[in-house]
Amino acid sequence: MTKSIMIVGVGGQGSLLASNLLGKLLLSEGYDVKVSEVHGMSQRGGSVVTYVRFGDKVYSPIIEEGSADFVVSFEKLEAGRWAPFLKEGGTIITNTQQIDPMPVVTGAAEYPEAILEELRGKVKVDALDALTLAEEAGSSKAVNIVLMGRLAKYLGIPYEKWEEALRVVVKPRFIEMNIKALSLGYNYSE
Amino acid sequence: MKELLIGNAAVARGLYEAGCSIVSSYPGTPSTEITEFAAKYDEIYCEWAPNEKVAMEVAFGASLQGKRACCCMKHVGLNVAADPLFTLSYTGVTGGLVICVADDPGMHSSQNEQDSRHYAKASKVPMLEPSDSAEALEFTKFAFELSEEFDTPVFIKMCTRVAHSQSIVETSERVVPEAPAYEKNPSKYIMIPANAKKRHPFVEERCRKLTAFAEESTLNRAEYAESDFGIITVGTCYQYVKEVFGDDVSVLKIGMINPLPVELIKSFAEKVKKVYIVEELDGFIEAHVKALGIECTGKEMFSNIGELSQLAVAKAFGKEVPSHIEVETAVPGRPPVMCAGCPHRGMYYVLAKNKITVLGDIGCYTLGAQPPLSALDSTLCMGASVSGLHGFNKAGGKGTEGKTVCVIGDSTFMHSGITGLVNISYNASNSTVIILDNSITGMTGHQQNPTTGYNIKGDPAAKIDLETLCKAVGINSVRVVDPYNLSECDTVLKEELQKEEPSVIISRRPCVLLKSVKAKPALKVDEDKCKSCKMCMKLGCPAISMHGGKASIDATLCVGCGVCTQMCKFDAIKDGGEQ
Repeated sequence: MTKSIMIVGVGGQGSLLASNLLGKLLLSEGYDVKVSEVHGMSQRGGSVVTYVRFGDKVYSPIIEEGSADFVVSFEKLEAGRWAPFLKEGGTIITNTQQIDPMPVVTGAAEYPEAILEELRGKVKVDALDALTLAEEAGSSKAVNIVLMGRLAKYLGIPYEKWEEALRVVVKPRFIEMNIKALSLGYNYSE
Repeated sequence: MKELLIGNAAVARGLYEAGCSIVSSYPGTPSTEITEFAAKYDEIYCEWAPNEKVAMEVAFGASLQGKRACCCMKHVGLNVAADPLFTLSYTGVTGGLVICVADDPGMHSSQNEQDSRHYAKASKVPMLEPSDSAEALEFTKFAFELSEEFDTPVFIKMCTRVAHSQSIVETSERVVPEAPAYEKNPSKYIMIPANAKKRHPFVEERCRKLTAFAEESTLNRAEYAESDFGIITVGTCYQYVKEVFGDDVSVLKIGMINPLPVELIKSFAEKVKKVYIVEELDGFIEAHVKALGIECTGKEMFSNIGELSQLAVAKAFGKEVPSHIEVETAVPGRPPVMCAGCPHRGMYYVLAKNKITVLGDIGCYTLGAQPPLSALDSTLCMGASVSGLHGFNKAGGKGTEGKTVCVIGDSTFMHSGITGLVNISYNASNSTVIILDNSITGMTGHQQNPTTGYNIKGDPAAKIDLETLCKAVGINSVRVVDPYNLSECDTVLKEELQKEEPSVIISRRPCVLLKSVKAKPALKVDEDKCKSCKMCMKLGCPAISMHGGKASIDATLCVGCGVCTQMCKFDAIKDGGEQ
C-alpha cells in the first residue's frame, strides 16, 4: 500500500532538506520511494509543496486532492490551503507560526487566524509551535526538522533510524542542533 | 549502488557513466540541475554558455573532435538553438551528441508551454523520453550509443515531473569509449548546398532505419493485460496510467517518441478493442496513430493545456475519485515576490513614479509586473526587451522616446540582449536601455554568467565588463547607478531620457541572496513619527506591513537596504542600531 506525505510551507523554510531526510530514511528502510519538488520559484517566498510517496511499488510522483495520509505544514495558513489534499482519516501536522503572504502584507486580504479551529472540526490536527522548539534547539531554521520529528511519531519507523538518516543529510557542524530539534518535535506534548 | 536521485541528477549520472566529456548549457527551469550535477564530476568539462545556441554549437565542436558531448536547455531555449539543430541533423556526429531539453507543462516557471516533441520530428532527430529517474539514467547512456550508431544527435526529453522528482536509480561505473582521431571530412561537415544535398537523403534514410529500430527496441514496451481497451502513453503519463490501472489494462509504453514505431502500434491496436492515447500537451502520438488509419481517442478526453495527473486519468476514464474536505475559511494566495532588499525594487519604484513605459524581459525582475509596483508593460522572451524597445520607439517616435525604457538582467543581456543593443546603435534609435545587474543569474537559482567573474565551478573566470561592452557597440552614454539610491536613479533616468541619442543605464547591486552579500541590521519604525501615510507600502517590500495603523518592519526579513527610509517624509524609519 502506497503512503503519501505532503510537505508544505513557504519558500525558504527548508522543505528540501526535510524531503531529502525522508527520502534517505525510506530508501534505507527498503521502500520504493518518489519525492517530487518544484524548483525555480521557491526562493521567492511563494507557497511551496513537496510530495513524498513510498510503498512496495510507487508509480506517480505527485499527490492530489483526497489522497495524502499526512500533510506536514511549516506554516499555519498553508495547512488550510492544502487540507483538501488529505485523504479520509488522514492527519495534518502543522506549525502554528504565521508568515503573512503579500496580499495580507498589503492589506488586500486578512490572515485566517482561526483556520486551525475549522480544520480541527473536520480532520485530525496535530499543531505545535515549531518555531519556539527550533529556537530551543539552537536555530530558528530547524523548524523543518522539529516537524519531521513530529511526523516520526506516526510513521512507525524506529526513532534511531530517523537520527541515522539525519546525520547523513545535514552538515557535520549542524548535526547536534538538528538531533535536538528532531527530539523536541518527537517528544512534544501539549 | 542504489540511490535516490531527481531526474536531472540521473541524467547527469548517465552522462558521467557514458563517458561524456563536455557539457555546455544555459540555465533554464526545469533543466538547470542536469548541468549543475554534471559539474560535480571532475571527469566532465562543464560550462555555462551565454545562450543555448552557443551551447549546442560547443557540443557540436566537441563531437566533431570525436568526444561524447551534451548540451542542456529548457523548452524555450531550444527555440534559440533551433538554427544549429536543423543542420546538425544533416552533419550528424563523430562522438555521440545528446541534447537534453526539459518541457514545463503547466508553466511552473515559463512563459509558454510549447511541446518540444515537434522539434524532434521537424529536425528529424530521434528523441527518447524517460518516465522516471532510472530511465533518465538508462536512456541518457543509451542515447550516446544510438547517436554514434545512427550518426545523429539524440534528444533526451524531460518534463518538470520527471526532472524534479526523485526516484531510485542503480548506478554503475564510468566507461569512456575510445575517441576516434580527428579526420577532416568536408562532405559530411561543410554544409554548403552541394554537400547538404547529399546529406538530406542520408537523413531520410536514417529516419527509415530509426523507425525500424523503434519497432524492435526495448525503449518501447507493450504490457498486455486482460482488458478490452489499451492505452498508448509516454513519460510521466505512463506513471499516472499505472497509478490508476495497475496491471489491469494493456499499455504500450513509448520510450522513443521520435520516430514512432508503425508495426508495433498496429499490432497493439489489433490486440485491443479500443485505443486510448494519454499524453501531455499536444496530441503528438495521437496524430501519428490516426495517420496510420487507426481509430483512437486522445485529446477529446484529455486537455492539451497544462499537466495531466492520476486524477485527470481517473476522471477521464470515469473511475471513482477520492472525496476530500472543503475548507470554508478564505485562504489568501501566496504568490512569489521580489525579496526584501531586492536591488531591482528601487529602480522599479523610480520607473513607476515617473510613469515610464517599461518593456521587460525574462528573470526575477519579471516579478516587478505585480502590484503595487506594476512596473512592466511587456515580457516576451529572452532579449526581447531591448529589440522591442527599438521597435516601439521607431514606431512611436518623439511621442514615446523620452518616456520609455527597457529593463534586462545581466545574464539575459549576455544571452541575447547585446544583439538588440547593436541594433539600437546601428539603426540610430533614441532608446534608453536599463541593465539590472545583480551579478548573478537569479531566477534559476544563482548560476554564474559571463559578467560575474566566476565559472560554473565557482573558480575565477574572465569578467565581461558591461560598460566597456556597451561603449564598444557604439553607445556613448553609459551610466552606472546604485538602485538603493532613489534620488540618483531618478536624476540619471531623467537625464538619459532627455538625451537625443541611445543610452544605457546599468543599475548595479548584487542579489541579496548571494552569500557574499552581508545584510545590515534590520530597520525599525518609530511609531510616534509614523503618520500612517503608507508611502513605504508602495515599494511592495515583503518586510513592511501595517500593524495597528502604523508601518511595521519584520526584523527576520529586513536586510537594511534603506530604500524605504528614503520614501518616508517623516523620518520615521531608523537604522536598527540607532534606537
